[in-house]
Amino acid sequence: MKYMMFVCVDPEPDTDPAPEPDIEAWVAENDAAGRRLQGDVLSPASSATTIRVRNGELLVSDGPFTETKEWIAGYDLLECADLDEAIEVARAHPMARGGRIELRAFRDH
Amino acid sequence: MTEAQQAVAAAGADAYARIVAVLIRITGDWTLAEDCAQEALASALEKWPADGVPDNPGGWLMTVARNRAIDVLRRASVERRKLQELATLAPNTSSDHEPDQAGDVVDDRLRLIFTCCHPALALEARVALTLRTIAGVPTADIARAFLVTESAMTRRLTRAKAKIADAGIPYRVPSGPALTERLPGVLAVLYLLFTQGYNPAGEPAFADEAIRLARLLVRLMPEQPEAAALLALFLFQHSRRDARRDDRGNLLTLDKQDRSRWDHAAIVEGVSLLARAASGPYALQARIAAHHATAHDSAATDWPAIARLYDTLARRQPSPVIELNRAVAHGYAHGPTAGLRLLAAARVGGALDDYPPAVAVEADLTAREGDTDRAAALFRQAAAAAHSEPERRALLERADELRGEES
Repeated sequence: MKYMMFVCVDPEPDTDPAPEPDIEAWVAENDAAGRRLQGDVLSPASSATTIRVRNGELLVSDGPFTETKEWIAGYDLLECADLDEAIEVARAHPMARGGRIELRAFRDH
Repeated sequence: MTEAQQAVAAAGADAYARIVAVLIRITGDWTLAEDCAQEALASALEKWPADGVPDNPGGWLMTVARNRAIDVLRRASVERRKLQELATLAPNTSSDHEPDQAGDVVDDRLRLIFTCCHPALALEARVALTLRTIAGVPTADIARAFLVTESAMTRRLTRAKAKIADAGIPYRVPSGPALTERLPGVLAVLYLLFTQGYNPAGEPAFADEAIRLARLLVRLMPEQPEAAALLALFLFQHSRRDARRDDRGNLLTLDKQDRSRWDHAAIVEGVSLLARAASGPYALQARIAAHHATAHDSAATDWPAIARLYDTLARRQPSPVIELNRAVAHGYAHGPTAGLRLLAAARVGGALDDYPPAVAVEADLTAREGDTDRAAALFRQAAAAAHSEPERRALLERADELRGEES
């Protein structure tokens, strides 16, 4: 199954002093295993541009559609057997502790 | 109930979860699996009174459910592989109470429990799904227990099943460290199920279901001491079911119950289960319950031992309700003043403000300290906030007794 893994910031990160896992190692391991198809980091949510079309008129506005403290900082596209495997991949990402991660399966898996 | 109806009920209680679990594994279709299992039961109710109860009632039900699933799938022209697997499925669900053979059939039920209790589902949905799919409880009964309409409960169940399919929640028992992480979640669902059945306003059948599922879990996972501890805890609490009300249906506190009416066979079974329990949170709670269940009379209760167990439990699993019970235990072990001191500490920050039993505990401790006026007022305050009518009446009775002592 394909999962979109949204890597988000969180106003209440983990306070555990243990060192966070290394992102390079996480990428290398999951790329090698074929579980990570691609992924990247996005520019901050404050630089987002929102586009709507209403009655044929283009509306372009600055900023995210809704104000939120849990904005998306990046994403990874995963190929996993099921949700349990995707959870194991997500939990090992440094941002599982520094922020939060949301998993969404592709609809036509 | 006629003999045939009883046979259907007994065979259903034994075989329902297996049938649903096997059909879900093969077809991946939860609704189809449930419908076919229900139709097999309906068919038995129709046929057994005339034809007699078959030699292997569980196997009969499995065969009928399987054939029904094959019919439905054929019409939907599903892949040959699924149909073949269904056609070759042996109807090996015995209805007697011999131990299960290890193998696929047993594993299917365990898989189903772990899927229904997956943490990616909302807690309420886990409980409802477990009741519906594994225990076969009608949606209307589940809805009543959760105080929602039947259509709202149907939507909740449908949404949970859709999430299982859409999110790719696996139909599998986790292994290794994942099992250690996931088992407490499964036990928590069973605990909630039991509480839902045992609380005074609850659905009593849910307590029986929780015990049945806990037994299943203990049989399927004999190496997990917390599962055995949870079953023991259920058995100790459930042993008092016939003694905890008076003739008018009012709740009786432990010290007023007729202990000869406790289910002593259940208590003996609980004690033997505890022999293999380690020191997890459920084992601690079960040990506390065992002290109550095995005390000859109220005065013989080993309160200092219970207070020590609560001290450990409060450290291991801190929660306001455990702190409240700890205050009660210390109140009996070391006097009401000690109990009131711990109660005050448990209430810091308003932790128990919305929990009426805390007021009842304060009332009891205050009464034993000798301030009957204040205690009577607190009992009335607790009664006004009580969640159920039997609880309310029991608390008002305590208030009236105190007035009797004064005059």
